[in-house]
Amino acid sequence: MAKAAKSKAVGSKTEALKATKLPARRRKAPPPPAITKDNAGEALGFYRQMLLIRRFEEKAGQMYGMGLIGGFCHLYIGQEAVVTGMQSAIEEGDTQLTSYRDHGHMLACGMDAKGVMAELTGRIGGYSKGKGGSMHMFSREKNFFGGHGIVGAQVPIGAGLGFAHKYKNNGRISLTYFGDGSANQGQVYEAFNMAALWQLPVIFIVENNQYAMGTAVGRATAQTELYRRGESIGIPGVQVDGMDVLAVKAAGDEAVKHVRGGKGPILLEMKTYRYRGHSMSDPAKYRTKEEVQRVRAERDPIDHLRESILSVGVADEAALKALDREVKDIVTEAAEFAQNSPEPDPAELYTDILVEV
Amino acid sequence: MPVTITMPALSPTMTEGTLASWLVAEGESVNPGDMIAEIETDKATMEVEAVDEGVVGKILVPAGTENIAVNTPIVILLLEGEDAASIDSAAASPAPAPNPAPVAQPSPAPAAVAAAPAVAAAPAPAPAPAPVAEAVIEEDLPAGTEMVAMTVRDALRDAMAEEMRGDGDVFLMGEEVAEYQGAYKISQGLLAEFGPRRVIDTPITEHGFTGMAVGAAFGGLKPIVEFMTFNFAMQAIDQIINSAAKTRYMSGGQMGCPIVFRGANGIASRVAAQHSQCYASWYAHCPGLKVVSPYSAADAKGLLKSAIRDPNPVVFLENELMYGHSFEVPVLDDYTVPIGKARVARAGSDVTIVAFSIAVGWALEAADALAAEGISAEVIDLRSIRPLDLPTVLQSVRKTNRCVTVEEGWLACGIGAELSALIMEQAFDELDAPVSRVGGADVPMPYAANLEKLSVPDAAAIAATAKAVCYR
Repeated sequence: MAKAAKSKAVGSKTEALKATKLPARRRKAPPPPAITKDNAGEALGFYRQMLLIRRFEEKAGQMYGMGLIGGFCHLYIGQEAVVTGMQSAIEEGDTQLTSYRDHGHMLACGMDAKGVMAELTGRIGGYSKGKGGSMHMFSREKNFFGGHGIVGAQVPIGAGLGFAHKYKNNGRISLTYFGDGSANQGQVYEAFNMAALWQLPVIFIVENNQYAMGTAVGRATAQTELYRRGESIGIPGVQVDGMDVLAVKAAGDEAVKHVRGGKGPILLEMKTYRYRGHSMSDPAKYRTKEEVQRVRAERDPIDHLRESILSVGVADEAALKALDREVKDIVTEAAEFAQNSPEPDPAELYTDILVEV
Repeated sequence: MPVTITMPALSPTMTEGTLASWLVAEGESVNPGDMIAEIETDKATMEVEAVDEGVVGKILVPAGTENIAVNTPIVILLLEGEDAASIDSAAASPAPAPNPAPVAQPSPAPAAVAAAPAVAAAPAPAPAPAPVAEAVIEEDLPAGTEMVAMTVRDALRDAMAEEMRGDGDVFLMGEEVAEYQGAYKISQGLLAEFGPRRVIDTPITEHGFTGMAVGAAFGGLKPIVEFMTFNFAMQAIDQIINSAAKTRYMSGGQMGCPIVFRGANGIASRVAAQHSQCYASWYAHCPGLKVVSPYSAADAKGLLKSAIRDPNPVVFLENELMYGHSFEVPVLDDYTVPIGKARVARAGSDVTIVAFSIAVGWALEAADALAAEGISAEVIDLRSIRPLDLPTVLQSVRKTNRCVTVEEGWLACGIGAELSALIMEQAFDELDAPVSRVGGADVPMPYAANLEKLSVPDAAAIAATAKAVCYR
């Protein structure tokens, strides 16, 4: 990963793209706006949202270590800017879904931290009554369609949600997230093809966090510029600095305009990074500690935004500290709820299999 | 010697067709590749090409003739130097049929019946579908309900059309369902009535379009996904099981997936291992799915309508060899058959034969043969595989005390295995003989006609097994 230049203008890491003349299908990411008094509220909202995801995930990791969370648990730490920026670009009623690294997406959708954490602990107060776990959570109310445990399977499903929007002509769009690992799945291209063929309102968002479990992108794919993966079938692609929430938001706004305007699907590649292992049981021998340290020190989306907020002066240390405390309280409350909520009643074993007719 | 051109088979299952029109007249010259006639079947219209250079000597079958059996001579072609005088000799000795019926060889082992008790599986010729409409017993029909003869194909089409008329969220997608009118012509006319928004041709990407349909169902639509055959659905089975069947449970009841996966299942004709397989037990294994496999046209219609209305994912297993078979179907505005209810297709008292799909026909034929030997067989058409109507099966077994199960698929972990376990668990004391299973030979389906015949269960094998459990 290229080093990001430290700069006051948040998210200026688009030099690599600026230099090349891009064909029509490869679009330049729009420049991220600078923080000013005008967008101060939004910037603070992003800060709070990203912090909530991070603190939530840190708590989940801690509870996993205490044996309160079982099975697989994939943390989103490091990638917070992606979902936070994209969420701010869409409207009520737009649908979204992702893979099993889904806690951040759920919090960004406005799902209750208590319900998400209680699902991680397998309790009745969880979003799936404890039957789904970390990888399988949904909220019809918030239009979050999962939480899918099979790598890549959510991509055609997301295209199908786009199909439903178009069929109903309801003006809604589908945000379909997947990782760089999914990007090599055949069904992803099947979905791209049909989405392009039928001009479905879908934003495909590949969160390129550089590693598919333990395999670096360059070891698994012959074309590492994942935003180019739709080129041959006419899906425009944009590479975005996924560590910069304002860059994500700017790219998200353009993508939403394109897709909602009936121009068919678009593919956003978010260059991002996960600090933790693939799952809690990953010793992460495939990369050096220094690499992780370097990204944390130089590109952390939360630190980056915090510095900008302070340097521009839209908020002071005290105000940010108040946000920190607010977030911490939410997470503490969620953790308590998740431990106190009872396990599902044994009678729940045989419910929710079929809709009774 | 003049060349006799015969009625061609246009598909593996075609037995007869209509000579729609002649594109040449007697006395006209033809070259290889010239179109000479149009042939129609219930599925398609195709042109017949000349393969030799010559002059049309005599047209033997006039245009418009229906029900011409495959291999019937239709025209005589005079080759260079021949004249009309040669025609008589040609007519007297028609060219040999290109696809002669294989001579059944004595079987070294009863291949089609893998389970004890061993029976001699005399490979009787597979019965051709009866051309007349088969009457079926229908319970709960209003008195005086008019019945009409209808093919399974038309019944399926009507079911979809009726449900699509009634609910704008229902749509059909799959390979060749729209402009081609369906690979097996099940969706004939639907594009014209409902347009390309609701009758959607997909690329050949089962995994992808199945996932898309599941997403559309999550999004509030009611997709009907046609698989050209269920063999191809194996590419999509992850989406069917992991996404469609499990999501309701994984979401604590929040999500629903009202979707129908339908298409041809089971053993087809001479298409070998990758295109001839029964998937009933594969899907019936999985909670979160309903699995239906009708035999008659009435059930095909009534069950498909129920499946489309069902808020759950339904796997609807049809049979290609049954598509052209006619049955009596009630003429009612809204005829539905409940999922999960078996049908007593023939009442009897000595032995229960449980079957589904095309095997019900074999079982009924076996029951006729058994009756001639003084054995009264009751035939149960399961119709639904999941949920299984065990009460109807047990009620019959308690009466007959004997049971034979029949399926096209492999016996290992099959529907018969499940039934026999359930009967043993719940009616052990009522049995006078072990439950016995008849199913497909435990081999990938062979292509050779004689080997294929040995792989498929038939009425003779069923009758022999039924006699065995009756100790006769």
